[in-house]
Amino acid sequence: MQLNRTEKIIDMNNETGQFSPGDPESQAGGSHKFNVGAGLADRKHRLHLKNETPCLKVSDFNLFYGADQALKNINMIIPQERVTAFIGPSGCGKSTLLRCFNRMNDLIDIVKTEGSIYLHEQDIYNKKVNVAELRRRIGMVFQKPNPFPKSVYENVAYGLRIQGVRDRHKLDDAVENSLRSAALWDEVKDRLNTNALGLSGGQQQRLVIARAIAIEPEILLLDEPASALDPISTLKIEELIHELKNNYTIVIVTHNMQQAARVSDYTAYMYIGEIIEYTDTNTLFTNPGKKMTEDYITGRYG
Amino acid sequence: MSLRAWYKSGDPFIWLNAGAVAVSILLVVGLLYIIAVNGLGHFWPNAVVGLDYQYDEDNSMRILGEMVDHETVPLTRFEERIAAFVPEGQEIVGRTLFKVGNRREFNADFRWILDPLQSAHVYPEEATVIERREWGNFYGYVRDIKVGGEPLNLTGDRPWTELRERVDEAQRLFNEVRHIEKNLIGDINYRIEQLRLEEKRLRLRGVEDEQAYHDIERQVAEQQAAYDDLLGKLGELKKDLASVSMVGELSDGRQVEISMADIVRAYRPNAMGFFDKVGFYFEKLWEFVSDEPREANTEGGIFPAIFGTVMMVMIMAVMVTPFGVIAAVYMREYARQGLVTRAIRIAVNNLAGVPSIVYGIFGLGFFVYFLGGTIDELFYTAALPQPTFGTPGIFWASLTLAILTLPVVIVSTEEGLTRVPRSIREGSLALGATKAETLWRTVLPMSASAMMTGLILAVARAAGEVAPLMLVGVVKLAPSLPLDGNFPYLHLERKFMHLGFHIYDVGFQSPNVEAARPLVYATSLLLVLIIIVLNLTAIRIRNRLREKFRAAEQN
Repeated sequence: MQLNRTEKIIDMNNETGQFSPGDPESQAGGSHKFNVGAGLADRKHRLHLKNETPCLKVSDFNLFYGADQALKNINMIIPQERVTAFIGPSGCGKSTLLRCFNRMNDLIDIVKTEGSIYLHEQDIYNKKVNVAELRRRIGMVFQKPNPFPKSVYENVAYGLRIQGVRDRHKLDDAVENSLRSAALWDEVKDRLNTNALGLSGGQQQRLVIARAIAIEPEILLLDEPASALDPISTLKIEELIHELKNNYTIVIVTHNMQQAARVSDYTAYMYIGEIIEYTDTNTLFTNPGKKMTEDYITGRYG
Repeated sequence: MSLRAWYKSGDPFIWLNAGAVAVSILLVVGLLYIIAVNGLGHFWPNAVVGLDYQYDEDNSMRILGEMVDHETVPLTRFEERIAAFVPEGQEIVGRTLFKVGNRREFNADFRWILDPLQSAHVYPEEATVIERREWGNFYGYVRDIKVGGEPLNLTGDRPWTELRERVDEAQRLFNEVRHIEKNLIGDINYRIEQLRLEEKRLRLRGVEDEQAYHDIERQVAEQQAAYDDLLGKLGELKKDLASVSMVGELSDGRQVEISMADIVRAYRPNAMGFFDKVGFYFEKLWEFVSDEPREANTEGGIFPAIFGTVMMVMIMAVMVTPFGVIAAVYMREYARQGLVTRAIRIAVNNLAGVPSIVYGIFGLGFFVYFLGGTIDELFYTAALPQPTFGTPGIFWASLTLAILTLPVVIVSTEEGLTRVPRSIREGSLALGATKAETLWRTVLPMSASAMMTGLILAVARAAGEVAPLMLVGVVKLAPSLPLDGNFPYLHLERKFMHLGFHIYDVGFQSPNVEAARPLVYATSLLLVLIIIVLNLTAIRIRNRLREKFRAAEQN
């Protein structure tokens, strides 16, 4: 397995810049989990946004940083228990949009929003919404691993402790389950009480994911979760996303188009605050409907 | 290499920087060295010198004392007759300062004697130094012991051996007397005062139940009886003490009688070996840090001042830390960053530059007279017109210093809060923590080391501050410590002694400045040491915290 992974990495490096989506040959040598091309072909007939249960619904959403408009009239649904990816050049607003889903942008004084985002039937921008409760239901993982300077155990138990869970057994179970789900348990089970800052970057990022899923959110927002990691760690995170999508609705922002193609069911291409194209990943990468999208995914952007 | 090239190479700046550091180190080391040498030498038993002082052509007198200082002065400053003793052509002359003690007989403890007028020095083994509770040291010889006014007519070495035994005995009696006077009678007085206040309180409330007054009266009578009992015991002890005395002979042959009650310790420095002296040194040093002052603070120990200083600093720290941290958290975390916050921040920074005496005046006016007066009116009506909190005391002093050091704590806490990375806060918030929970569980623990830094600076500043304290609670001699065995144990309204003020008082306000000077150095050294210890403790705690969170700050 280890060998396989190494091959895969070399492969991935070779792939850069000559990505040809939908072509099973280009994925040769990948581990079975990454038979993306085959997967895409497989799902082709049934993946369509119209057939999905909406989890989040964005309607006429605008966002301003002071006088600058960062998101322009966004309308979209995020399908339940699917992986949705946002791609686009830097500064296009994909992270901003992602941070709207758990109202992280509230922390910035100058941000103003218009329009609504519905979690199921509830408008999360309603004044009555308890933001902390909302963030409990919509977890988030950031670009750079940000474990707290506490023990591994305390990091994972953090969210539960906030909710007032004191029962040691409950905490132990939750910590173990979360770490197992995040494929980190075997690596840290002997050092649960050591400082989390001693873990490697990839481990830290998986720890942060474990921390996020410990409170059992409905949705996981991943903001470029692998961009600060080495290829092996990236691989592990991607495997993890595959595992997690059975139970969670996942929204991922990524710079890396191969990654989007590998892990997501649906992909939105954004450009300067607008959603240019949003459809199932297979279609977007094999048969983009817009010239701008095609230019971007084929590397002719800019 | 040309000067220009040398300048461009950057070497001069390295030299400049290194020079600045070197000067700083030199200053610190020099300061500590001078203080230490002058202060620590004081406790060493110096040899007692005997010599003949030729004060005019035909007459001389015997001098016995310790050499304290030596200097050279131009000959022209003296009468012409001195020139006869000085070799032809010599323009300057040395003179030595002797501590001759026996202030009552000689009127002064110290005496300058020109070197040419001194005979050869001798070091008589039986020269005895006696530390007294009053009138300073005695230098002379022990001749006899009197018991009940009757001389024992001892000869040879017997008076000395007898004296040592008697002094030990007297010391024991004296400690008993002091225990009774200070602790037992002090406690009774305290209780009687409380009962008096209780009675007054009842009267103020208009209680008419005679039983209550009777109860109090009965209790007062009990205490009074105990008091009379102790007084009788005290009288006996004092009589015992006074019944024995020592007959001593001064260097000029005069006989003096010293009661045992007056003697602290007697020793013969010229007869002591090196290890005796070392033992003696540590005994004196221990007395210095553990005992109470005598003779207008110029002798004895400084324990109450150490205690007062440490306690004041601790009360200050307990008050300034939460207050400063809360203020900083509000300014950094909750307040909208704008013109007002900036103005407040500038104001806080400027507070640090206000002269400390201004804080003293503020403390006196606001805390002592206004707050203290109000507290007295509300809660201590029974004691009025005698003020309880409406007079300077340790609590107001601590509070004044807390305000003085508040800016330091606020500024460093704010700095610590700023250093907590945004990603950590977001991580916590994203897990459903509210802002308050994020603060408590992550941000505050992570900025704890910065708070400690603030506290370190605050403690360093507060422990060394004297000027404002003179207005709000420090006294030359406090009758009792602010912490004792009487309920409620911690007496925040009491006045206290402080090392910084002690230095000023002993050094400049005491009747016998020359004798007290080494004590000033020793006290200074102790003050510096206490500040270092307080700081090191805080630094250790901070480093431990920093170690814990260092990796997070690098992110």
